Amino acid sequence: MNYEKVKEKLEILADAAKYDVSCSSSGGNRKNKNKGLGDSSATGICHTYTEDGRCVSLLKILLTNFCIYDCAYCVTRKSNDIQRAAFTVEEVIDLTINFYRRNYIEGLFLSSGIFKNADYTMERLVRVAKKLRLEHNFNGYIHLKSIPGASDDLMREAGLYADRLSMNLEIPTESGLKLLAPDKNHQDMIKPMGFVKNELIQYKEEKKKFKSTPKFAPAGQSTQVIVGAAQENDFQIIQVADHFYKNFDLKRVYYSGYVPISNDARLPAIGAQVPLVRENRLYQADWLMRFYGFKANEILDKNNPFLDLEVDPKMSWALRNITQFPVIIQNASLEMILRVPGIGVKSAHKIVQSRRFTNLNLDHLKKIGVAVNRARYFISVSNENSHLKFLNALNLKEIILSDTKSKFENPFSNQLSLLNDDSFLR
Amino acid sequence: MTILSYDSTFEGFLTTVFEIFEFKYQEPQIIKKDDLQRNIFATPVEIVTDITKSDRVIKKLTDQLQNDGVRTLIYAFLSEKVGVEDLLFKVINYAVANKNKNIMKDFSNDAVLQVSQLTKSVGREKHRMEAFIRFELLKDGIYFAKIDPDFDVLTLIMNHFKNRYQDQKWLIYDLRRKYGVFYDLKSVEIVSLDLDVKLIDDKSSSVFSDSEIQYQKLWWEYFDHTNIKERKNTKLHLQHVPKRYWKYLTEKKIF
Repeated sequence: MNYEKVKEKLEILADAAKYDVSCSSSGGNRKNKNKGLGDSSATGICHTYTEDGRCVSLLKILLTNFCIYDCAYCVTRKSNDIQRAAFTVEEVIDLTINFYRRNYIEGLFLSSGIFKNADYTMERLVRVAKKLRLEHNFNGYIHLKSIPGASDDLMREAGLYADRLSMNLEIPTESGLKLLAPDKNHQDMIKPMGFVKNELIQYKEEKKKFKSTPKFAPAGQSTQVIVGAAQENDFQIIQVADHFYKNFDLKRVYYSGYVPISNDARLPAIGAQVPLVRENRLYQADWLMRFYGFKANEILDKNNPFLDLEVDPKMSWALRNITQFPVIIQNASLEMILRVPGIGVKSAHKIVQSRRFTNLNLDHLKKIGVAVNRARYFISVSNENSHLKFLNALNLKEIILSDTKSKFENPFSNQLSLLNDDSFLR
Repeated sequence: MTILSYDSTFEGFLTTVFEIFEFKYQEPQIIKKDDLQRNIFATPVEIVTDITKSDRVIKKLTDQLQNDGVRTLIYAFLSEKVGVEDLLFKVINYAVANKNKNIMKDFSNDAVLQVSQLTKSVGREKHRMEAFIRFELLKDGIYFAKIDPDFDVLTLIMNHFKNRYQDQKWLIYDLRRKYGVFYDLKSVEIVSLDLDVKLIDDKSSSVFSDSEIQYQKLWWEYFDHTNIKERKNTKLHLQHVPKRYWKYLTEKKIF
C-alpha cells in the first residue's frame, strides 16, 4: 500500500464524513467464528473521543467525495470548490482491518458522495462490506449508508453484510428539502428505508421458523436531521422523529447542529455559532420519548413549537404540569418516578428496588445518584423536604434556575446570544 | 479484635470468610499477607486458601444473591482498595442476617452502596481498557499492548479480546502488576514476566514490524481530521478521555 497516497485520501475523505454524527457500534450480534477477525460487542465501544467530545467508534469515511448532487448544506456538494478523492475498495478494506487489529475501532462506517447514479454507488459500498465478510471473515461492525434511490436488490444485499443501514433525511420537511437540495427527492429517500423496514420484519418472521436464516442488518436503521439549517421548528423535528420511530421502527434519530460551511444566502453564514444547546435539548427530548415514556405531543405542541433553552424538556414538562406533583417516592409508580426532573432511568429503578427495604429519604436519593437539587422541588420523601413548599410558587422556574448550574458555562449570556441571532431559531 | 491474613486471592478471601463463621472469630479484620508488615503489632491468624471452603461460600452466595450479586462482589474485590475485604465482609454478613433476600438491591445500606460504587468503578476501568488498549505489531508477529489500569482488571478483559482476535497472536501486559495475558492462536494464558519496557517504548525501536509506524500515523491523521473544530469542547473531551490514559493512545502520540 502506498501510505502517503492513502494518507492524503484519508484526510480528505474523513473530513468530508465527519458531519455525519452517528458513530454507534451497538446492537450488532455477530460472533467470531472459525478463527476469524472480530466480534461485535452488543453494547458498542467508543475507542476514543475527538477534541469536540464526540465518540470515535468506527472508521467513518466516504468512499468518494465526488458527487452529482448540489445540496446547499453539504460540504461535498457539486458546486463546492474542494479537493476530491476516491478510495479503492481494497484501500478501505486494508485500513479497516489494520485499524481493527490494533483495537482503534469497532468497525467501518462507509458513506459516499453519489457518483454516476444511485445503484452504481450503492454497489461499491456493498462490495466493500461483502468482501470484508466473505473474504476476510471480518465480524466487526459495519454501518453502510443507504443511497437515495438505490434498488431493492442492492438494499437486500447491503442488509446481509451490514449491521446497520442509515439514510439521512438531513432536512426533515419536504419544502425545506426542495429549497436546499433541489436534486434530491423525498420519496427516493423514504423508499429504501421502507424496504429495509419490511425486510427486517420478514427476517424476524423467518427466523422463528428457520434458525439458519442469514442475518439482516441486526443493528437496524437510523437517520439524521440537521438542526438550524432550514426553517424547521423543534415541534416539526420531534414530530418527524416520532413518525420515523413509530412507522419505520428506527433505532436512532440523530440531530446534528448545522456547522456553517457555505456562503449560500439560504443558510446561516460561515462563522455563525453552531446551535449546540438546541441540539442538546433535542437529544433530551428524544431520550424522553425512547426511555421515559413521554409522547411527542407532551413535549411540544403547535403553540409551543420550541424547546426551552434554559431548562431541560423534562423540567419544562414538570413546570407546565405542576398538578401532577409532588410524587410520593415511597409508593409512586415507576412511570411517574421517571417523570420527576433530576431522576434518570437507572436511579428510578434503584429507587423502586431499594424502597422495599427502607423508607427512602433525600440522603438515600442523593447517594443513589439522583440530582437532588432538581428533584427535591417535586418529590415527597420520608424525611422533611423543605423545598417542596416552592412547588406552587409562581416563580418556581426562577428559583430552580438560581439553584442549579447549567453545564453550558455562563448559560445566561449564552442563551441571550442565541436568542439575539435568530438564525438559530429558524 | 482478630486479624486474619490471606494470600491476596479471591479464593483466599472467601476461605477467610468461611473460617470466620466456622471458628466464630470476633471483630475480624481481614488483611492481605503482603500488607502485614505495615501492621507490626498484629499477631494475625494466617489463613490457608482452601478451594473446598471458598467454593462453599460461592455457592451459598450465588443461591442468595444470584450470579449478578457475586459478580458485584468480585469486581469490588479487584478494586484492591485498602479495607475492601472488611467492606465485603460487612455485605456478606448483612446477607447472612437477611436470609432469602437479595440484599444487593438494597442501596439504602451503606456497605451495599459502597460495594456497588466500587464495582461501578472497576467495571468502568474494564470498559476503558477494552476501549483504550492499543496494540502495536512487533517484528515477530505479536500484537503487543501495555496497560497500567487503576484496578486489577486484566483477567476481566481476557475473554473480550480472546473472542475478538482469534487469528492474530497478542499479548497484553500490566506494567504495574507485572503480569500479562498471551494468546498463541490456540488459547489464552496468564504469563508472569518482567518485561524490559524501555525496549518497546523507543519509537525508533527495531522491534516493530515495518508497517507499524505507518498505520499509527494514518490513525493519527484520521483522528485529527474527524474532529470538527467549530465544535471544540475540551471539557467534554477530557471527561471521556482522562489524561492518565493518554500515554497509551496512539492518537495522542507525538510523532
